[in-house]
Amino acid sequence: MSELKQLVLGRKDVQDLDQEQALPNELMTVNMGPSHPAMHGTVRIVLTVDGERIVASDVHPGYLHRCFEKESESATYTQIFPYTDRLNYVSPMNNNVGYAMAVEKLLGITKEIPRRAEYVRVIVSEVSRITDHLTCVGASAMELGAFTPFLYFLKCREWLYILLEEVSGARLTHSYVRVGGVSKDLPEGWLDRLFARLDEIKVVIVEVEDMLNNNKIFRDRMADIGKFSKEDAIAYGLTGPIARACGVDYDVRKDYPYSIYPEVEFDVPLGTTGDCFDRYLVRIEEIKQSIRILHQCAKQLPDGPVIIDDPRVALPDKRGTYNTIESMIRHFKHIVDGIKVPCGEGYTFVEGGNGELGFFIVADATGRPYKCYCRSPSFVHLASAGKTMHGHLIADIVPIFGMINMIGGECDK
Amino acid sequence: MGLELVTTKLEDAANWGRKFSLFTYPFVTACCGMEFMSVAAPKYDLARFGAEFPRFSPRQADLLMIVGTITEKQGPALKRVYDQMAEPKWVIAFGVCASTGGFYQNYHAMPGADQVIPVDVYIPGCPPRPEQVLDALILLQKRIQDGRGHSQLRHKREQAALARERVASGED
Amino acid sequence: MAQKILDALTKKFAAAIEQTTSDHGDEVAYVAREQLHEIATWLKTDPEMAFDSPVFVTAIDLLDLRRPDEHGRVVEIDVGVHPNLGRFEVCFQLRSQTHKHRIRLKVRVTEADPRCASLASLWPAFDWQERETFDMYGIRFDGHPDLRRIYLYEEFVGYPLRRDYPKEKRQPLVRRDDLLIAPDSLTIKTEREGDRDV
Repeated sequence: MSELKQLVLGRKDVQDLDQEQALPNELMTVNMGPSHPAMHGTVRIVLTVDGERIVASDVHPGYLHRCFEKESESATYTQIFPYTDRLNYVSPMNNNVGYAMAVEKLLGITKEIPRRAEYVRVIVSEVSRITDHLTCVGASAMELGAFTPFLYFLKCREWLYILLEEVSGARLTHSYVRVGGVSKDLPEGWLDRLFARLDEIKVVIVEVEDMLNNNKIFRDRMADIGKFSKEDAIAYGLTGPIARACGVDYDVRKDYPYSIYPEVEFDVPLGTTGDCFDRYLVRIEEIKQSIRILHQCAKQLPDGPVIIDDPRVALPDKRGTYNTIESMIRHFKHIVDGIKVPCGEGYTFVEGGNGELGFFIVADATGRPYKCYCRSPSFVHLASAGKTMHGHLIADIVPIFGMINMIGGECDK
Repeated sequence: MGLELVTTKLEDAANWGRKFSLFTYPFVTACCGMEFMSVAAPKYDLARFGAEFPRFSPRQADLLMIVGTITEKQGPALKRVYDQMAEPKWVIAFGVCASTGGFYQNYHAMPGADQVIPVDVYIPGCPPRPEQVLDALILLQKRIQDGRGHSQLRHKREQAALARERVASGED
Repeated sequence: MAQKILDALTKKFAAAIEQTTSDHGDEVAYVAREQLHEIATWLKTDPEMAFDSPVFVTAIDLLDLRRPDEHGRVVEIDVGVHPNLGRFEVCFQLRSQTHKHRIRLKVRVTEADPRCASLASLWPAFDWQERETFDMYGIRFDGHPDLRRIYLYEEFVGYPLRRDYPKEKRQPLVRRDDLLIAPDSLTIKTEREGDRDV
């Protein structure tokens, strides 16, 4: 005890300073439990730390495993749309569109979707992408102590939720898209209201950039944290904004274009180092590019039906259902038996808010899929988070985790 | 007669204080977390009800808001968090997944958080609108004022049992 | 364009490639189990192929899958009668960042010996995805650095995504002591002190 006192409470002579007596230290195991304040759902990280520095980490996902695959084996193709909403619940329209495209590929009707339906799908997908990036950046900033950008972005997100509620009926879990199109058309004047709000959102983004981009605290906590090289990003299967922040030029909308993306012009922002600050910048830039896409879609939006005319795929309209026996029976068969998809399997992928979101469906000629696997980008990105954290301090986990945008529903399916 | 009047008035005053200064522990798991963020945001303000600041340690919180689906793997963690909270404590099950399991009827989603801990107020909705959440909060506040939350009733039962024991041993 | 990959693959590893298909624009190659790692290494390192990015790993349980037979009727396929046929098909999807093509490798494994080579050493993202496939289907990956359950807890018995696991069969870790209604057909476990360390 007295030796410890001597070590800690000061040296007697100048010569003592040369004799560095190392304090005893050992590695510690610390649990960042499944319920933690970073509002990203529930993930448990068991850290092995040397003081504050992380030496090893073991990430345990699965606390939100809600058995999407097993549920979809006993649900009809249309009943799965609510389950897909709850995968990436900050950009639900992208999941809906991806799943609908996967079923349409197996049905072989990809080219027959009405043009207006394709445009509406892209419009709502891009609005969902904006809400995803707003939530991610807002929540991450809040966790670093910047509360104001969080409130400003939540105000913007609230505007978009109200608009999406006018379209689909629900603020968050829309289930708006159907196999063959979308369930209902855009309301009157919705596009004008959308663009009024988007102009206001552009102003808010400029305000938040002023607050954060040159803020010393924000930069110190985000820059040089969580660097990832380009080759590692490709080998670890990263996609989406965090891969683009590492310099990987991969955007599903550009490389494997689907829907009407070949007809709109937009840029894909690329970062250099892959650290958290680059990821933040890429996300802000993507919001601006999404706004650009929305303006072009609104100009090019054609008139027409919003769902395919094929009786094997789409529900009949309500007037027919209530008045003619054939439509009523068709409606009944659709709801009870589901859409009969011929035997086959296929993998379809779209650019979700986090990256390549894919659905691998195996169909067996009944109205329910045999297997419906969701390739979730958050799961793959979380796997790389362990590698990113090594060598950093415990406090650096917060920006790393925040910028990966791990959505619990998508990661744990 | 005088003593009971004073203690009930004191209890009313204490409950009044408790209901208007709830410290929430948001046990956020899933999509309802987004609606929780909206409730805490400026438009549907939780701060008006005094429940503004979340306390991220169960020791310092008295309202456990279970926001989102609880799975079997999460069960022991939830129970541990609940046990660590000090009395009096209240629980709100936010969303239909925390109330009854929602439309997830499978091998991992628990059919409601009340399989593990007692819940005071259930909020249905997938996710519930923020107005529903505020309605539930007002309902909970009424409950707290009446002294009828689960932990308050438990406390009263225990006090009554102790009193009966004292009387019985006093007579002996 | 992608048919070229399947042709090159068949030319180089003739016997190991059992079948190739190209439905709906997806290139699929059925691969023999023993040569999986060799083929995967070639697909990664060969400059014409350059499959440098992993996409997903999963398995299909063929227990009651129906496919059209030679007359066009949809019937359940055979999984266990002959020893060579297998119950599971393990699927690996790969993509190439440079050439932008994709491929799916499928390996058929039997129920009695559900093992397959691990490709985690070639593409690190397959580490967790193979753990997920093990967790859900029970497929063991030889050479995997750390094969354990990822989504479910250690105490879980069985592999839930197999077709014969009932969807609603819960295995609860903890329940209240005063639970009035017993959950479907399972006993309620009361938690003992120190039993469940999260």
